[in-house]
Amino acid sequence: MTLPIQDPALAAEGLGVPPRRHGFLRSVLRERKAAVIGLAIIVFFILLSVIAPYISPYSATAQTCAVYAPPSSRHWLGCDDGGIDMLSELMQGGRISLVVAFAATFVAMVIGGGVGILTGYFGRWIDTGLMRVTDYLLVIPDLVFAVVIADLWGPSLFHVIIVIGILEWTSTARIIRAQVMSLKERVYVKRAQAIGSGHARIITRHILPQVGPLLMANTVLTIAIAIYLETALAFLGLEDPTVTTWGTILEHAFERTAISSGAWWAIVPAGFVIAIVIVGCFLLGQAIEDALNPRLKVAHLSVRRWRIRPLAGRGPDAI
Amino acid sequence: MSLLEVSDLHVWFDLPQDQQVHAVQGVSFALDPGERFGLVGESGCGKTTTILATMGLLPPTASVSGEVRVDGQNILAGGEDSARGYRWKDIAMVFQGAMNALNPVKKVGWQIAEPMAFHGIAKGAAARRRAGELLEMVGIPAASAERYPHEFSGGMRQRASIAMALACQPRILLADEPTTALDVMVQAQILDLLTRLSSELGLALVLVTHDLPVVAQTCGRAAVMYAGEIVECGPMETLFHQPRHPYTRLLFAATPDLYGAGEVVSIGGAPPRLDEPSAGCPFRPRCDVVLERCAEEHPALRLVGPGHEAACHHAERAGAS
Repeated sequence: MTLPIQDPALAAEGLGVPPRRHGFLRSVLRERKAAVIGLAIIVFFILLSVIAPYISPYSATAQTCAVYAPPSSRHWLGCDDGGIDMLSELMQGGRISLVVAFAATFVAMVIGGGVGILTGYFGRWIDTGLMRVTDYLLVIPDLVFAVVIADLWGPSLFHVIIVIGILEWTSTARIIRAQVMSLKERVYVKRAQAIGSGHARIITRHILPQVGPLLMANTVLTIAIAIYLETALAFLGLEDPTVTTWGTILEHAFERTAISSGAWWAIVPAGFVIAIVIVGCFLLGQAIEDALNPRLKVAHLSVRRWRIRPLAGRGPDAI
Repeated sequence: MSLLEVSDLHVWFDLPQDQQVHAVQGVSFALDPGERFGLVGESGCGKTTTILATMGLLPPTASVSGEVRVDGQNILAGGEDSARGYRWKDIAMVFQGAMNALNPVKKVGWQIAEPMAFHGIAKGAAARRRAGELLEMVGIPAASAERYPHEFSGGMRQRASIAMALACQPRILLADEPTTALDVMVQAQILDLLTRLSSELGLALVLVTHDLPVVAQTCGRAAVMYAGEIVECGPMETLFHQPRHPYTRLLFAATPDLYGAGEVVSIGGAPPRLDEPSAGCPFRPRCDVVLERCAEEHPALRLVGPGHEAACHHAERAGAS
């Protein structure tokens, strides 16, 4: 059943090779410098963590110099109270810190994304029920709750991951829910129902691709919060004492008289890398968020400005 | 036996506080293959609700009674389960607002091919090829199947959503305001396309619109809806030249003439509320020929000419004037 009713104007409009669609992330990176810087920071620390065992100058557990030895040409960032090289310790600590942060964020995004989509899509009692749980977790002070749970379950990396995971999904769930509620009323979702798609298919094929970028922005922002919380928990001594993370480095320095000894090199570098990674995550996360919601952008500060081109020099007929 | 037969269709919507809106009140119509039928009326008169009910696509807050028969089989009898088998395969729909009927993050071809697998028409590469053919059929190059909806113009999107409706070779096509929000040139092209599709594929077409000239141009038969019921139904020419219901007459009088011959009249007042039942004729407050009977007795749809029905107590007199 072919019935060509070609309209020349339409044909001209539709002709040619369809342009390649660039990924969302790529377009964000192209338009925003902050996103590039943020991503560069994150990628740098991930790479550093991966290759740390091969490039770290000394052991991260054995004594290689004097207690609180100041920075020198052999030990760039000095040594801690156990005579362990700070630089090696930072590299090793970053591995654990980032793994904990990523794992906790993964847990948070699975719960948050899942709850957001379920409540937004199905509504009714599912929405009411799960949203009350969300509200409950949302109003609990994060750190206090984390301290209580971590203390109750005992210090362990796995517990820290779970605690951060179950604390940090709430805002993601709310944001995703709002978006899904708006999406499910769109006509194309109605059409998908009409042609016989089940709920699972509508969610995976029509809803998820639309909330994907939003989930991406939230993931990056949550990584920052997870690193911060992990550091806080470690600093309070609720992390497994046998592992080295950026948080435990700070805790040891604080507890073992680094400050009164004037050993700033035991504190400042760890604090600095934590801050840098968090800033990197926020730069990237907020750039993605901006791209998703252009209204966040103030018009006169918008990324690209258009110009008025003078008409002079375009021939006598130019008006 | 007609191809599509809608009989005594009622739809109620639940409102908060145990209130109900009786949005569609006993609508009946029938269609033969290749026939083009118009459903006209002002906003909120129940046009869209009627065809959504025909498709079995109303939200859970709605309750429906009546029958929708395709080839004599009541597709609403078994609720969602029985409707699903017919939907898109026998009876398909072009949704209101083509801009929103396409998922912005999926390629157009993918979206056209999507229903084919559900109804065992085609899969994979065959479905994609068929999606291209369908696009050609509605006047868009097949290569555009690989494009995204935002790369389409308004008219192309409307064509694409018609192609989507045709994916499973339906015999009945319900088009809800297919030309709204399009400029007059594109509107004419879309109407032309629908007319040609219906005559060449033998599609029975229901065209829902508030635009009388669109119906007059496209349909052989039409029904005028007011406050949830059909008040007049008949061949387009009869409706135009000898309207028997005052509402139809006033509707045509409210449409500007190309030559500016007649004066454009507006119909005063507003449609009645549908959440409280009222006695008498629903059009009475806005009518220009009211009898005593109109306040007491609800006029039923009755035959006033060959294939011509009207729901008015003085249909004969209105025809004479």
